[in-house]
Amino acid sequence: MSTPTQERTTGPRMDHELDHLRGVVPSPVRPAPPHLSLMVLGGAVLATLLLHLALGRSLVLSVVIGYLLYVVGVNVAYRLTAGARVATDHTMRALIYGAFVLAIIPLISLLWTVVENGGATALNPDFLQQTMNGVTGVHDKAYVEDGAPMVGGAYHAIIGTLIITGIAALISIPVGLFTAIYLVEYGGLNRLSRAIRFLVDVMTGIPSIVAGLFAFALFGVLFGVGTKNGVAGAVALSVLMIPTVVRNSEEMLRIVPNELREAALALGVPKWRTIAKVVLPTAASGLASGITLAIARVIGETAPLLVAVGFTRVLNVNPADGPMNNLALYAYYMFTRPLNPGYRDPSIERAWAAAVLLVICVIALNLLARLIAKFFAPKTGS
Amino acid sequence: MEKSDMSKRIDINDLNIFYGAFHAVKDVTMAIEPKTVTAFIGPSGCGKSTFLRTLNRMHEVIPGARVEGEVSIDGRNLYGRGVDPVDVRREVGMVFQRPNPFPTMSIKENVLAGVRLNSKRLSSGAADELAERSLRGANLWNEVKDRLDKPGSSLSGGQQQRLCIARAIAVQPQVLLMDEPCSALDPISTLAIEDLINELKSDYTVVIVTHNMQQAARVSDRTGFFNLEATGQPGQLVEFDDTQRIFNNPAQQATEDYISGRFG
Repeated sequence: MSTPTQERTTGPRMDHELDHLRGVVPSPVRPAPPHLSLMVLGGAVLATLLLHLALGRSLVLSVVIGYLLYVVGVNVAYRLTAGARVATDHTMRALIYGAFVLAIIPLISLLWTVVENGGATALNPDFLQQTMNGVTGVHDKAYVEDGAPMVGGAYHAIIGTLIITGIAALISIPVGLFTAIYLVEYGGLNRLSRAIRFLVDVMTGIPSIVAGLFAFALFGVLFGVGTKNGVAGAVALSVLMIPTVVRNSEEMLRIVPNELREAALALGVPKWRTIAKVVLPTAASGLASGITLAIARVIGETAPLLVAVGFTRVLNVNPADGPMNNLALYAYYMFTRPLNPGYRDPSIERAWAAAVLLVICVIALNLLARLIAKFFAPKTGS
Repeated sequence: MEKSDMSKRIDINDLNIFYGAFHAVKDVTMAIEPKTVTAFIGPSGCGKSTFLRTLNRMHEVIPGARVEGEVSIDGRNLYGRGVDPVDVRREVGMVFQRPNPFPTMSIKENVLAGVRLNSKRLSSGAADELAERSLRGANLWNEVKDRLDKPGSSLSGGQQQRLCIARAIAVQPQVLLMDEPCSALDPISTLAIEDLINELKSDYTVVIVTHNMQQAARVSDRTGFFNLEATGQPGQLVEFDDTQRIFNNPAQQATEDYISGRFG
């Protein structure tokens, strides 16, 4: 009795429906010899060395040819032994590793060049503690010709960088964070928040020199034409930093689960307190690292500070009065206008050292962001 | 004496609920007695969760959502002029479908969250006492008393849900709303929550939405059946009666069809 119904529901009808899929058969995989890809790699390395050492081709060309040989070789080797699917897998793997190495080369090379050229000077305590006040080409000539100690450092530039970036952060973080809170918690998709998002996107694309000119013009109007000081520079940096802070914070607040907001609201917690005590702490790690990265993004800005802050060789710790120096500008001036045009090396050394300090700042901020993220991360238990 | 009684009577009068232009629930009128468990059943999308959320004004948290009609707790209209939704939610607690302990807080902090977030100062003795009383009330004390400082998310799903119930009763509401509190839980945890609901009944008015008809039959005194005539039509209360009657001898054909599994 039950047999015919069973046949009707499971048997031939299903097969009929799947007929059009019959041609799709996974390609068979045969066992490949062990370490086949390593053998191909060895062959490619040998070919590279042969090209470079024996035939005298340039290193870059040899490596590129060796890499292409590996990609093709691994494909052919696995196609002949294991099958097409495994060959595709290995080929894609080779391409992806290649892309990764290609992306990492400029970064390593940059770090290496900067540290090699400026590392020693940057770690010199004199360089970290002296300004350029009173240092002239005569000192540089003595340094090169008579082996006198290097005179003059970047102390004023370090302090200037910290003060200007610090003020910029003080302006940008509250403005950016509160904007993000408005966008996520209050604005939703209304017209005002859509307008804010559009403007923030536009601000993200503003060239930094324009931000500098804006700050310069603003302070010209407010405090007299030609006013250049640290606060003007901080305002210029804020123009660049606020959109980054808004965007990063908005993303972070948006991923806080809505259930947590509802849980707090259902306990009779007012909305502002829900945001302050539940939403912000939950997003804290992301917010902190986003903000730190925004700081890292502006700490090396040169052009807007050149316009808005000016340049000085002496220590100026008052951001409201007169030009200050900062590391990026310091490096720029040392490269373009060496103290003694006849003896450029000491100035170039100082420029590299300033570059090292900037890179250290950026790396330190990135590490700090990771630490903060780890510290604030919601507890996961166990 | 009557004043200190924590549970209250809820009267719903001609309530219509909207999401923007969409009419979600139509013309609901019912009375929920104090110290009872009331269950709402019905097919998905019929508006029972939406209706539940209007009982503590959580509905209006969703942009564009609004309500017409009257919900009174002991004669006071929740939607009356000058009534602050925050005050309403302190009196009418809520437990959600998925356990949602605050991830940045420990078990104890989670329980005390409702009090602490409302910036009431608690001495550490009072805090300990309130935490223990609430956790005992949620049948969780024995399982967590040795690890109160561990994060709330370290608990199992069923324990997390009971933690959320402890958190809700720590602010001493008069009514406890539960929106499918067991739908994310295994049968053992579900049983624990159902036992808890039976105990909570002696102190609170409990309203629960459930997809599980056996659960409604097990825990509730009164049952409301919600249905919608067609997709896109507003949901409505088809029948509201003693649970016994709804499951054994419903007045409406639609109720009987749903309960006997003919649709939904």
